[in-house]
Amino acid sequence: MKPAEFTYYRPESVGEALHGLATLPDPKPLAGGQSLLTLMNLRLARPATLLDIGRFTELARVFDDTEALVLGALVRHRTCETDPLVAARAPLLHAAAGHIGHLGIRNQGTIGGSLAHADPAAELPLAAVTLGATVHVESATRGKRALSAEELFVSFYANSLEPDELITWITVPAIRPGQGWGFVEYARQHGDYALAGAGVLLSLDARGRIAGLRIGLLNAADRPLLFDEREGTAPVLGELPEPRLWEGLGWRLAALSEPSHPDTEYVKALCASAISEAAEAATERAGENT
Amino acid sequence: MTEIPIEVMVNGTRFRRTVAGRLSLADFLREELRLTGTHLGCEHGVCGACSVLVDGRSVRACLMLAAQADGREVTTVEGLGAEARPLRECLARRHGLQCGFCTPGFLITATELLQDNESGKPLTEDGVREALSGNICRCTGYQGIVEAVLEVGNDTETRDDA
Repeated sequence: MKPAEFTYYRPESVGEALHGLATLPDPKPLAGGQSLLTLMNLRLARPATLLDIGRFTELARVFDDTEALVLGALVRHRTCETDPLVAARAPLLHAAAGHIGHLGIRNQGTIGGSLAHADPAAELPLAAVTLGATVHVESATRGKRALSAEELFVSFYANSLEPDELITWITVPAIRPGQGWGFVEYARQHGDYALAGAGVLLSLDARGRIAGLRIGLLNAADRPLLFDEREGTAPVLGELPEPRLWEGLGWRLAALSEPSHPDTEYVKALCASAISEAAEAATERAGENT
Repeated sequence: MTEIPIEVMVNGTRFRRTVAGRLSLADFLREELRLTGTHLGCEHGVCGACSVLVDGRSVRACLMLAAQADGREVTTVEGLGAEARPLRECLARRHGLQCGFCTPGFLITATELLQDNESGKPLTEDGVREALSGNICRCTGYQGIVEAVLEVGNDTETRDDA
């Protein structure tokens, strides 16, 4: 189908876009459009105004900061997938990006757009919560604020942004010595929506015991589901990272998931397997990353 | 309804038009420019039949507004020149098409793959299948298409047109 009618604007600057978001009727920012235009073609979304922010080249840049990688909201999935800096500093994000849709989608889709779209089955929201990313947003009237990726995701396709706010930058903590990562996704075919998947960020101490553990699950709830030391992974802190431990933890955490897929038990089994597979990969990488 | 003036380079020719905001790039190419080689299957980004190159990168023309293409360089299947000839001939020889509806999309995606330095070379069957996974063909079962791309990409067989 074709999208319903809307008014198209192409602001020249971030400031102009923010002003538009604050003043125009029912506005939506259009970045790469790979989620938004799909919804609009299906008439599931009918914004009155589209603000095309896709050309703000300043927001398409990636910076290396001391302990973080800073990505503009308009960084394309293909950039995350191919940029050596992203691969070196945020390898989980880099790996996750390669699983998004298909090449033609990754050429256009943006990280800010994917986060704002808040699809619990999408790879970048999962990577953002697993890595503990910070999302920077701006509005014309209240200026800038930063929120954690976890705070951004509310429910299916719902984020916590105010209508006049725009995601501008995303900060991802860079991988540190002693850390390992894993990303595993199960889909019917490459590029399809994930049936299940897991991202793991593991920190080992000098004795090779688990010092930190963050596990994110794809498509396992109404938002990307995170288990960290505060919730879910504390019992394994101080343990040796062994396959048996991962298997047990996988099943325990999968039991807490709430997949929307009709075959819940099957998807929970996939979750458990994704967790242990990703955790084993993370263990191996943490051992090599000293 | 808003009318947006755009200037797009399509297959080497510059076009100036005024378009409705909601006009997709695919409909612009087909209806305004009568370049009907770009096919529309699903119109929501799944089938890949409408793939075109924008600034050398494949995109789905149903998921891009004509207004977004302002100032860009678009190549449709009609604009693929001599560089795509080996692939066209190889697809035909290896029965990589039957009804042909999906073929323009495959030609665009495969052309990007063959030109792309970021994709590992030599091409592997898995790599080609993954790169083409965003294009759906309901006739061939993909075997002939994959073989054709591998043959052209890796120059594994002497080509008739060499």
